[in-house]
Amino acid sequence: MMMLEITLLAPLVGGLLLAFTGHRALAGWLNVATGAVTFAASLALALDVFDHGARLSAGRMFYIDAFNVYLVTLTAFVGMTTSIFSRPYMRHEVERGRVTDRRMRLYHSMYQGFLFSMLLALSTNNLGIMWVAMESATLTTVLLVSLYRTPSSIEAAWKYFVLCGVGIAQALFGTVLIYFAAENRPGGERGDTLLWTVLHDTTAGGLDPAVVSLAFVFLLVGYGTKVGLVPLHNWLPDAHSEGPTPMSAVLSGLLLNVALYALVRFKMLVDASLHMELAGHLMMGFGLLSFVVAGLFLHRQHDIKRMYSYSSIEHMGLMTFAFGIGGPLATFGALLHMTMNSLTKSAIFVTVGYASQIAGTQRIDRIRGLIRTQPSVGWGLLIGTVAIAGFPPFGVFISEFLLLMATMKSWPWLTIPLLFGFGVAFAGLFRHLQPMVFGEPPAGQKPIQANMLPVAIHLALVLWLGLSLPTFLSGWFEQATLLISGAALR
Amino acid sequence: MELTSLGLYSQAIIVFAALVLFTSFVMLAQPRIQPLIYTFAWQGLLLAVVTALVALVSNHPHLYISAALTLVLKVGLIPWLLYRLSIRLNMNYETESITHPSMLLLGGAGLVVFSYFIAVPIVHLSGLATRNTIAVSIAVELLGMLIMIARKTAMAQVIGFMSMENGLFFAAVVSTYGMPLIVELGVAFDVMVASIVFGVFFFHLRDSFDSLDVSHLNGLSETDEAMPLPEAAEVEQP
Repeated sequence: MMMLEITLLAPLVGGLLLAFTGHRALAGWLNVATGAVTFAASLALALDVFDHGARLSAGRMFYIDAFNVYLVTLTAFVGMTTSIFSRPYMRHEVERGRVTDRRMRLYHSMYQGFLFSMLLALSTNNLGIMWVAMESATLTTVLLVSLYRTPSSIEAAWKYFVLCGVGIAQALFGTVLIYFAAENRPGGERGDTLLWTVLHDTTAGGLDPAVVSLAFVFLLVGYGTKVGLVPLHNWLPDAHSEGPTPMSAVLSGLLLNVALYALVRFKMLVDASLHMELAGHLMMGFGLLSFVVAGLFLHRQHDIKRMYSYSSIEHMGLMTFAFGIGGPLATFGALLHMTMNSLTKSAIFVTVGYASQIAGTQRIDRIRGLIRTQPSVGWGLLIGTVAIAGFPPFGVFISEFLLLMATMKSWPWLTIPLLFGFGVAFAGLFRHLQPMVFGEPPAGQKPIQANMLPVAIHLALVLWLGLSLPTFLSGWFEQATLLISGAALR
Repeated sequence: MELTSLGLYSQAIIVFAALVLFTSFVMLAQPRIQPLIYTFAWQGLLLAVVTALVALVSNHPHLYISAALTLVLKVGLIPWLLYRLSIRLNMNYETESITHPSMLLLGGAGLVVFSYFIAVPIVHLSGLATRNTIAVSIAVELLGMLIMIARKTAMAQVIGFMSMENGLFFAAVVSTYGMPLIVELGVAFDVMVASIVFGVFFFHLRDSFDSLDVSHLNGLSETDEAMPLPEAAEVEQP
């Protein structure tokens, strides 16, 4: 379990160091190094869990199983690659005078603080601590959304803070109710019933159905706000579009996943006690609504980062829908889609960051001719968008195809809105993308110094996973599927 | 449930719970900033008293720690912080015009009825928790949310937020004798950090919008005409 401690301590220590040194020239590198250490440790942890099965740390504080270990690795990986991108990007922002030294210190230390709270939320065994970590994820990122101190960024941050604060409070109430049901279950022992392992293994099925269904409604509203489910999504496009781009990349690629992770954990508990599909149906409804509504909203965007954040809502809706269906095939597809969306979306946000630095604005109608001005950025945006829209041979196609198949199997009628949503989202993305990539560049548009390495790595991974899913990864997903849906694939 | 059949302390718990609910209503319709902060502090104090009483009745000594934590945080630190801010920002005598205060209070009463309704399935499981205390805790939480929705100044929204947290804490105390200590410490830490971040935001809001009236925050929305971009000039490359 040493690896888990390193995974958690690295961002914590790095964040503390960066709180004092974050404005130095070397701070960007320290940020990258912290990310690299975290990723290396999480990889070792993943291999360990893959070999030896689920691990419970001493004192039962942390619990790592097949489901969360892959999210820990994914979080650490995206955290690392985004920190590679953030170093030159933020230096450019400092040179343009948008950020001062003090705010750079804030930025760097909160970046690591955010990663720490994400990893804590994933690895903790205590559902209460999970809530605390989710709330501190909001607290660490809220001042980063308003990093530029423009009126609209402050408005976005305020909305983010208030909406997520209200939402997450409902989740705490749901957690209290679950705890209450577990403490009062007939014939069980008291104490420690907020621990996931205790709740799942010994109390499963014994919780009072009325209380548990009430709890799940509150949890869905609470964590659903963070997932960005319609109609609780208002904060998401604002926070993504107004904050610095590395922040948008990690918010979109990681925070939403972790919130969905929390929701799925609770769904596993609720399903065991309820003997009916309440949780699944609620998630399917909200998921499908988010999927379709966000697809429609894609058409109305004028800001490039807002557009891609609606694409995030759309994909989170799809995953929520798939976890709601709940069979092994849908769960497998949803897990795969989580990975694909994280990798692709963070790559897209990195590219979008460069694109808006080239054009000097985030307005779609002023970003033109990227391929001619700087081919690497133009192609990156094009390939990334092709990947996220679900074209073969990219991995998103595979996961979306699996989800479609699962839907056809269990809810044939729902494939119609699903296909409609895919089409609408595709059109929404490409009508904006076409002129941005291929149009005539405005006079005097110059290329900038851009490090496309993280984008290349992410997109190559998505392509690779689309062509062939390696055995260890599929074995991993199968373990997690078994854990979540209670049945093996095939 | 016969009120008279309960022990003296249990009756006292219900009385104080009712007072907590009362403070929520006072906050809902209090247009002036400073009394709002005082009422919030009173709510914290009443909450601490209830927690201590529950600790006494139920023999859960760790609840005394929770009560002390509430006393320090919700009666001391946060109200003091908000008070200082209200003076620094020159808004301690400001009044906010509440549209339709009577409708607001009626809506609040409706929320209380609704809380009693959703408390029904919970009550039959519980030993200590009487129907009243559980319903009151849900009502305090929902009323906090109503404050955040209905009020327009940032200060009132923050107080609504904190009051929601009070409701949650109260729910945990009366239904399960509080959360495990480590969780409670974590939540308290988050609330403390949140109040500091809110304080930072007050200054940002005032610097950018010249007021703490959050109804000015309407620049970001989905509109068909091109977005107004006040910072467009700043974004242009040199």
